[in-house]
Amino acid sequence: MSHHQTVYLDNNATSQTAPEVVAAMLPFFGELYGNPSSMHTFGGQVKAHIDVARQRVADLLGCGPEEIIFTSCGTESDNTAIMAALRSFPQKRHVVTTRVEHPAVLNFCQDLARRGHEVTFLPVDRQGNLDLNQVEDAIRDDTALVSVMWANNETGVIFPVERIAQMAKAKGAVFHTDAVQAAGKVPIALKDTQIDMLAISGHKLHTPKGVGILYVKKGTPFVPYVMGGHQEHGRRAGTENVPYIVGLGKACELARERMVDENTRVKGLRDRLEEGLLQVEATMVNGDPSRRLPNTSSVSFEYVEGESILLMLSDLGICASSGSACTSGSLEPSHVLRAMGVPFTAAHGSIRFSLSYYSTDEEIDHVLGHMPAIIERLRNISPFWQKYRTTKACATPGYVEP
Amino acid sequence: MWEYTDKVKKYFTEPVNVGEVENPDGVGEVGSLACGDALKLTFKLDESGRIADARFQTFGCASAIASSSALTEMIKGMTLEQASKITNKDIAAFLGGLPPEKMHCSVMGEQALTAAIRNYQGLEPLPSEEGEVVCECFGVTDKEIEKVARNNNLHTVEEITNFTKAGGGCGKCVDKIEALLAKIWSMPAPTQAAPMAPPKKKMTNIQKIKLIEETLEREVRPALKADGGDIELIDIAGDVVQVSLRGTCSSCAASQATLSQFVQTKLREFVTPELVVEEVKP
Repeated sequence: MSHHQTVYLDNNATSQTAPEVVAAMLPFFGELYGNPSSMHTFGGQVKAHIDVARQRVADLLGCGPEEIIFTSCGTESDNTAIMAALRSFPQKRHVVTTRVEHPAVLNFCQDLARRGHEVTFLPVDRQGNLDLNQVEDAIRDDTALVSVMWANNETGVIFPVERIAQMAKAKGAVFHTDAVQAAGKVPIALKDTQIDMLAISGHKLHTPKGVGILYVKKGTPFVPYVMGGHQEHGRRAGTENVPYIVGLGKACELARERMVDENTRVKGLRDRLEEGLLQVEATMVNGDPSRRLPNTSSVSFEYVEGESILLMLSDLGICASSGSACTSGSLEPSHVLRAMGVPFTAAHGSIRFSLSYYSTDEEIDHVLGHMPAIIERLRNISPFWQKYRTTKACATPGYVEP
Repeated sequence: MWEYTDKVKKYFTEPVNVGEVENPDGVGEVGSLACGDALKLTFKLDESGRIADARFQTFGCASAIASSSALTEMIKGMTLEQASKITNKDIAAFLGGLPPEKMHCSVMGEQALTAAIRNYQGLEPLPSEEGEVVCECFGVTDKEIEKVARNNNLHTVEEITNFTKAGGGCGKCVDKIEALLAKIWSMPAPTQAAPMAPPKKKMTNIQKIKLIEETLEREVRPALKADGGDIELIDIAGDVVQVSLRGTCSSCAASQATLSQFVQTKLREFVTPELVVEEVKP
C-alpha cells in the first residue's frame, strides 16, 4: 500500500467536513449544551442559534424559515414526506415515482406496493431522462403522491421537477422531491414552485453525518412521522440536535456562496477529468451530458469490473465508487444503470467520480495519470477484452433496449 | 469495503499465470459478462500426464481474479485425477479464506476446472444439462445448488446465494431454493462414483521418501513461500515425517496448528494416508 494523500472524489456518497462548519458546531458540544425548549436563559439562548440556522437553510432554498423541519438524515426526510402525504389522503391509494430513485424513496415505495398501494415506477431512457408525457399520463385523480428526485446520485442527471410539480398540482397530488444531491449545486427557489416537500442531507453539504432537512410548503397537509414533544412546531418530535443544526445552517450559508464555484471551476475540473478518461478506448459517459450536476461523472470502462478498478484506485489514495454488482452489496449492477439500459459490459465497469469545492487540479491530474494503466492492466486479464480487440464487435452483448 | 486477506490482495495485485496456454489440452469457460464475472482456464499436460502449465483470464472483482490465479498455482504439477478433486473450499483455503458474500468466486474456479478437465476428456463443458434451472437471473440449476450445498454444508438461502449467486437477482426463486434445501438435507447424499484411481501399490521406502520430497516441493513450499515462509524436511521415520517451518511461518504461533495440518493433509493426499507430520524446532 502506497502512502499518497487522499484524493477524495466520492462526494455524492459523503463529503469532506468544512472546517468552518465544524468550528461553528464546537461550542454546542461544550459550554452551550442547553435545551432550546427550556424556560431559563441558559437553555433559551441556544434557540436563537437554531433560528439563525433555519434562516440560513431557508435562504439556500428560497423559502420561509417556518417551512424548514430539521431531521436526522435525508432518508428520514424522504420517509417522513411519503408517509405524510399518504396519511393526509388515506382514500388515495396511488403513488408515482421513478425507477432510478435513491433507496430512501425506492425501497419505501416498493414496500408500499407490497402493502396494498398501487405504485407506478416511471422508466427512464438511455440518457437517464424521463418522458414528461409519460409522467403526466401516470398522475391520476387517486394519486396521493408524486416523488421524483431532483438530481440522480449515480449519474447526476437532473429531472425537471418544477414542471412535474405543476403536473402533480393539476391533479391534486402532493409533490415531493429528494434534493439531496441537487442542493448547493443547482439554484433552488422553492417559493416560486409547486414543490410541496423536499429533502436534503447535511453530510452531502460538508457537515458531519447525522442531520437532514425536510421542507414542507406552507399549507401542505402534514402528519408527523416521529411523534413526541412539540419540537419543530410539533412536526418532528425529539430534542433538537443543536450542534448539527447549527453546522447545517453554516453549511447552507457556505453552499450559497460556493454555488458559482461549483458551476464554473468544479464543473471545469469534472469536464477535464471526463475528457481525459474518454481517451481510454471503449469508455463511455452515463447520463445526459446536457442535463447533469456540475460535479458528477459516471464513466464506464467496458470489459472490466468496477470493484477491481476501485481497489486499484484505492491503493493510489483515490476514492470513487462504482455501480458494479460486486460493490453494491447485491449481485446485480446498479438499478439506475439497468433502468437506463446501459449494457452489462459497461454497467459492471462503471465508476462514479463526484467532485466538490475542495477538489483540485492536482487531484484530477493524479487520476488521469494512473487510470489508463489500471484499465489496461485489468483488461489484459479479462477474457472479453481480447475477443473485443480481435473482433472489434460493435454490438455489445447484453444490451437491452429500455 | 470487503475484508480481503493479504493473500487475496497479493493474488489480485500481482496475479500469476495470466493469459492463455498455447495449444491447450483443456479449456474451461464459465460465467458471463451479464453475470459480472467470468473465467477462462487453459492448461497443458506434460508427457507424464501432469499439468505442466495452467493460465487464466478473468473478468470480475478482486476475489474472482485472486481465486483464478490461485487455482492455476494449485493445479500445476497435478495429475488430472488429483486436480479433479480440488473443490471451491480448497481454493478459498489456499487464499486464507474469502468473505462469505464472495464464496461464489471460488465456486467459479472449481467449475472452470471441471469444465476444462471435461473439455480434455471430450465432454460437454458442464454436466448442467441434467439439472433444472432454478435461478433464471444467473442460470443456476438444482444440481449445481445441490453439489455446492453438500460440499460446503450449506443450509440457508443466503448461503446458497453467497456461493452460487442463485436467488441474488430478482429474488423470485428464493422459495424454490428453500424447498430444494429442505429436500437435499432430508435425503442421503448420492453415492459417489467409483474412484478413477487404481489401488495404490505398496511403495518402497526410497519411493516414499522421494514422493514426500516431491510433494513438499510442489504442493507445500509454494503456498508457504507466498506468505513469506518455508519448510524443511528433517527426517522420515516410518510414517512419521519431521519438518521444520521457517520464516514468517515459524514466528506466527496462531497459524502453526493449521500449518502442520495443511502439510499433513497434502502428504496424506499425495503419498499415503498413514503419514503423520511432526514439527521440530530447527
